[in-house]
Amino acid sequence: MTAHFPILQVIIPLLAAPLCLFIRIPRIVGIFAILVSATAFLISCGLLQEVITGGTLSYQLGGWAAPWGIEYRIDKLNGYLLLLVSGVSTIVLVAAQTSISKELPENRHTFFYTAYLLCLTGLLGILATADAFNLFVFLEISALSSYTLIAIGTDRRALTASYQYLVMGTIGATFIIIGVGLMYMMTGTLNMYDLAERLPAVYESKTVLSAFGFFIVGVCLKLALFPLHLWLPNAYAYAPSITTAFLAATSTKVAVYVLIRYIFSIFGIEFVDMSLPLGDIFLFLGLTGIFVASVAAIYQLNIKRLFAYSSVAQIGYIILGLAIETELGLTATLLHLFNHALMKAAIFLAIGAVVYRIGSAQLSHYAGLGKKMPWTMAAIVAGGLSLIGVPLTVGFVSKWYLVVALLDKGWWPVAVLVLISSLIAVIYVWRVVEWIYLTPPRIITDEIKEAPMSQLIPIWILVLANIYFGVDTRLTVGVSKLAAQSLFGVN
Amino acid sequence: MWAIDTPAFIPLFLVSVLALFTKGNLRGAILLGVIALSGIHLWNVPAGTSVSLSFLGYELTPYKVDKLSLMFGYIFHIAALIGVIYSLHVKDTMQQVAAPLYAGSALGAIFAGDLLTLFVFWELLAITSVFLIWARRTERAYQAGIRYLIVQVMSGVILLGGLIIYYGKTGSLDFGYIGLDGIGSWCIFLAFGIKACFPLLHNWATDSYPEATPTGTVFLSAFTTKVAVYALARSFPGTELLVFIGATMTCFPIFFAVIENDLRRVLAYSMINQIGFMICGIGIGTALAVNGAVSHAFNDIIFKGLLFMSMGAVLHVTGRINGSDLGGLYKSMPKTAMLCIVGAASISAFPLFSGFVSKSMVMSAALQEGYHWVWLMLLFASAGVFHHAGIKIPYFAFFAHDSGLRVSEPPKNMLVAMTISAILCITIGVYPGWLYSLLPFDTGYNPYDATHVLAQTQILFFSALAFVWLNLRGLYPPELHSVNLDVEWIYRRFFPQTLKASFSWIWSQDAMLRSRVLEQLDNFYNYLARCHYPGSKASQVRPTGNMVMWVAILLAIYMWLLLSFVN
Repeated sequence: MTAHFPILQVIIPLLAAPLCLFIRIPRIVGIFAILVSATAFLISCGLLQEVITGGTLSYQLGGWAAPWGIEYRIDKLNGYLLLLVSGVSTIVLVAAQTSISKELPENRHTFFYTAYLLCLTGLLGILATADAFNLFVFLEISALSSYTLIAIGTDRRALTASYQYLVMGTIGATFIIIGVGLMYMMTGTLNMYDLAERLPAVYESKTVLSAFGFFIVGVCLKLALFPLHLWLPNAYAYAPSITTAFLAATSTKVAVYVLIRYIFSIFGIEFVDMSLPLGDIFLFLGLTGIFVASVAAIYQLNIKRLFAYSSVAQIGYIILGLAIETELGLTATLLHLFNHALMKAAIFLAIGAVVYRIGSAQLSHYAGLGKKMPWTMAAIVAGGLSLIGVPLTVGFVSKWYLVVALLDKGWWPVAVLVLISSLIAVIYVWRVVEWIYLTPPRIITDEIKEAPMSQLIPIWILVLANIYFGVDTRLTVGVSKLAAQSLFGVN
Repeated sequence: MWAIDTPAFIPLFLVSVLALFTKGNLRGAILLGVIALSGIHLWNVPAGTSVSLSFLGYELTPYKVDKLSLMFGYIFHIAALIGVIYSLHVKDTMQQVAAPLYAGSALGAIFAGDLLTLFVFWELLAITSVFLIWARRTERAYQAGIRYLIVQVMSGVILLGGLIIYYGKTGSLDFGYIGLDGIGSWCIFLAFGIKACFPLLHNWATDSYPEATPTGTVFLSAFTTKVAVYALARSFPGTELLVFIGATMTCFPIFFAVIENDLRRVLAYSMINQIGFMICGIGIGTALAVNGAVSHAFNDIIFKGLLFMSMGAVLHVTGRINGSDLGGLYKSMPKTAMLCIVGAASISAFPLFSGFVSKSMVMSAALQEGYHWVWLMLLFASAGVFHHAGIKIPYFAFFAHDSGLRVSEPPKNMLVAMTISAILCITIGVYPGWLYSLLPFDTGYNPYDATHVLAQTQILFFSALAFVWLNLRGLYPPELHSVNLDVEWIYRRFFPQTLKASFSWIWSQDAMLRSRVLEQLDNFYNYLARCHYPGSKASQVRPTGNMVMWVAILLAIYMWLLLSFVN
C-alpha cells in the first residue's frame, strides 16, 4: 500500500471528483471532499516522512520502466510542497462548508467541490510527476478547474476576470508545452531525469535555447511574476473567497515549484548560467514587482484586491531568493513558499468569514468590525503582521533568511531595499487596521456577529501555524535546507 | 616585595596613596623618601629586565627595561624628586597626590613593553596631570585644564585607534620600532606628535602650562612632552619627516616667545623649541643624533625645570608673572636671580653648562648627515633661544626697569630644589662623561673641541649684541599686556564661531530642504494616488490584449538574450 502512495496521492482526488457528481447532496459532498483532501494530506505526511528518512521515491505507472513509462518521483522538494498543498486544501475545505453557502447558489455547490478536487488533483499531480508532458496535463487540469472555481460565484465581474485568466493561463500553458515539445524534438524523451541526462549534449542548439525561453515566459505568466501579474488581482478579487484562499495559497506556489524543477532538475544551473543572465533578470523583475505591487496594494479599496497585490509582491520575494542563485537563497525561496501560503490562506479565509457575515469585501465596509468580529479581525491582523515580517511570525523567518542570503551574496543594497519594502507592507496593513479598529462604523450594524465556529477554527489553525512555524522552524527550515542542498547537489 | 622586577611606577602610585592619608612634614618626608628609594632601586635594575603577562589572550609586557628607558627612568626620578622638594611648602592634597601619580604614569609609559600598556599610561598621564592645572583653582585654569584634557585624551584615543589598526595589520603589539607605514602607524605617530607639541598641535602646552600652579608647571614641563619624545625615539627613529618637523619646532616658537609677556608662556614656547632639537635628532636617527636627542631631553628636564622653578618662585612671592609688571627683582631676590641665570645659560648652551654638551651633538649629527639647511635652522634657533630664554627671562624678571617690588627670597625648599638643579646643570656641563655613560649608544663624542666652543660662543655673543642693540634703540618688542594669537585661536575662537554660523546656516538649509522634500513627497503621493485610485491608469482592468502584448514583449526579450549571446 505505502509503495503506491505517490500515485494514490493524485489518483484519489481525481477519482473522487466525478464521484461528487453522483453524490449530489451538497452537505455530504462537502464532507466527502474534506475526507478526500485529508486522505491526500495523510498520504503526503507519510511520503515526506519516507523521503526524509529513506531518500527519493520513484514510482512507475503501470509498471512501465522510467524513460518509456510515466514516472512519479517524490523527493524532499515536492514532498514538502505536497504536504503544504494538501494540508492547506484540507483546512480551506473545512471553512468552505459554510462559506460557499452565501457566495454560491445552492445548485452549484456540488460543481464547486468537483472543480476544487480536480484543481487539487492538478496541483498534486504537477508536484508528484517526473514526466514533463504529464506535468503539462496536470497544469491544464488545475488551470481549467481554477477558471471554473473563479467564475462559479455570483459576482458577474468574476466572469471577465476568469476569462482573462483563461486566456493568459492558456498562453502560459501553450508556451510551456511548446518548450516541452522542442525539448522532446531534440532528445526524444519526456522523463525529467532522462531529459536532464540528454540535454547537455544539445545545450548549444537554438532549439533548446528557444525551449528555455518559451518555458520561462510561460511559467512566469503562471506564477504571476511582474509584469505578467495583471490577470491575478481581478481573478483573486472577484472569485468566491474560498477559491481565493485556496488559489492564493497553492497555485502560484506550485508554479514556482515548476520553475525551480525545470531550472535545477531539467536544464541544470550551468545551462541557465551559460544561456541567460537569469539571476539579474529575476532580481530586477522581483524587486520591481515587490515595489510596484506593494504600492498598488496601498491604494486598493477592495480588501481582496489589496491582498492580491500583496501576493504579487510576495512572489517578488520568492523570485528574489531564486535570483541569488545560492543554496541560502534557494532555502529562503522554499521557506517563503511555505510561509506565504500559511499567511495568505489565513488572511483570505478570514476575509471569507467577513464576506460571509457582511457580504462585501469593500474596505470601507470593514469600519468598526474590530468590535463586532474580534477573532476574525485579529486573524487578519496576525496575517498582516506576518506579511510585514514581524518577529515570532513566519514572515519574519523567511524574510530573515532572504536578507541573510542577500548579505551572504554581498548584495546589501538589495537587502536594504527588501527591508524598505517591508515598510510599504506596514502601510497597507496599517490601512486595513485603521479601517477595522479606528474608523467608526458608518451604518448601524447590530446584526453583525462573529464568524461561525466552522470558519473560525480553520482560520485560527492557520494563524497558530503562522506563529508556531515562526517560532519552531525545525520542520520548515530543516526541509527547505535539505531540499536546497539536494537541488544544488544534483548539479 | 622589593624584587628587582617591581615596575618603577608602583612605588610612586603607592606613595600617592600614602600622601592621601598623611599631611604636613610627614607627607613631604614620605614622598621624598619613597621616590629616592625608588630611584636607588632603579639604579640597581639592569637593562634587559622584563615582566610579561597574558591578558585576554594578548601577550603583554607591562615592564621592560633597556638603556633608553633606563635613562628616562633616572631623569624622571630626579625630576620628581626636585619637583617634590620644590613643592614641599605647598599644603594642597590635590597637588601632592596628583604629582606622584603623574610621575608614576610617566615611568609606567616609558617602561611599557607593549602598545596597550603604553596606551593605559598615556591616558593616565593626561588624567593625573590635569589636576595640577586645576589646582590653581581659577576659572581660567579650569577652562585651560578642560582644553588640555580634551587634547590629551584625544591623543590617547588616536593612539588606541592606531594600535588596533597596527595590531590588525602586523599582529604585534610590541612597543619597538614602528616606522611610518600604513594608517595604523600614522595614527600612532600623530598621537605621539600631539603630546610632543608638533607644530599646529602644540597649543595645548602654551595654553595650559602658564595656567597651572607654580609648582604644577615644574612637574608638567618635565614629563608629558618627554614621554612623547621617548616614544618617538623608540618607535620612529630615522623617520626623515621628523627632521623637518623638529627644525620647524625649533624656529617658529621664537617669534611667539619674543613678543609674549607672560614669562611662563615664554618658557612654554622655549620648551617647544628645545623639543624641536630632540625631535630633529630622532629624525636624523644616527647613533650620535639619537644620543643627542636623548641627552638633550635629560638636560632639558633639568634646566627647563630650573627656569620654571625660578619663574614659579617669582610668581609665588610677587603674585605676578608678566614681564611688563616685573623688573629689578635682583635686589630683593639675588639667589633666585643667580639660579635663574644658571638655567638660562644652560638652555642657551653656554660652554660648561649642560645644554652645550647635548645640543651640539644634534647639530653635529645634522651636519654629518648633510642636512645643511636644517643645521642653519638649528643655528638660528640656538641664537633665538638665547634671545628669548637666555636673556629675556632673567632680564625682564630681575633687571630691566625697576618695578618697585620689594619682596623676600622664596621659601627655603624652593631654593634648595633650584640649587640642586643648578648644580646638576653645571656638573653635567663640566663633566659630560657621566651623562654620556648613560646614553643608549657609545659614540665617544667630545663636545669640547675648538670649533664647537668657538662657534657657540660667537653665536651667543652676537645674539646678546643684537638684544642689547635692539633694546637700546627701542626696537625690541616691548613687554606689553596683550593677547598673542597662536594656533589656539583656531579652536578657541574660529571653531566655535564658525560652528555657530555654520549650524545656523545648516538649520535654515535643513528647514528649506525639508519643506522641499516634503512637498516633493506630497506630489509623489498624489501622483501614486492618481495612478491607483478608481478610474485611473493603474487601476483599470486591463484588456486581455494588453497583457498578451506584455507576454510577447517578454518572450521577445528572452529570445533575443538567449539566441544572440550564447553562440
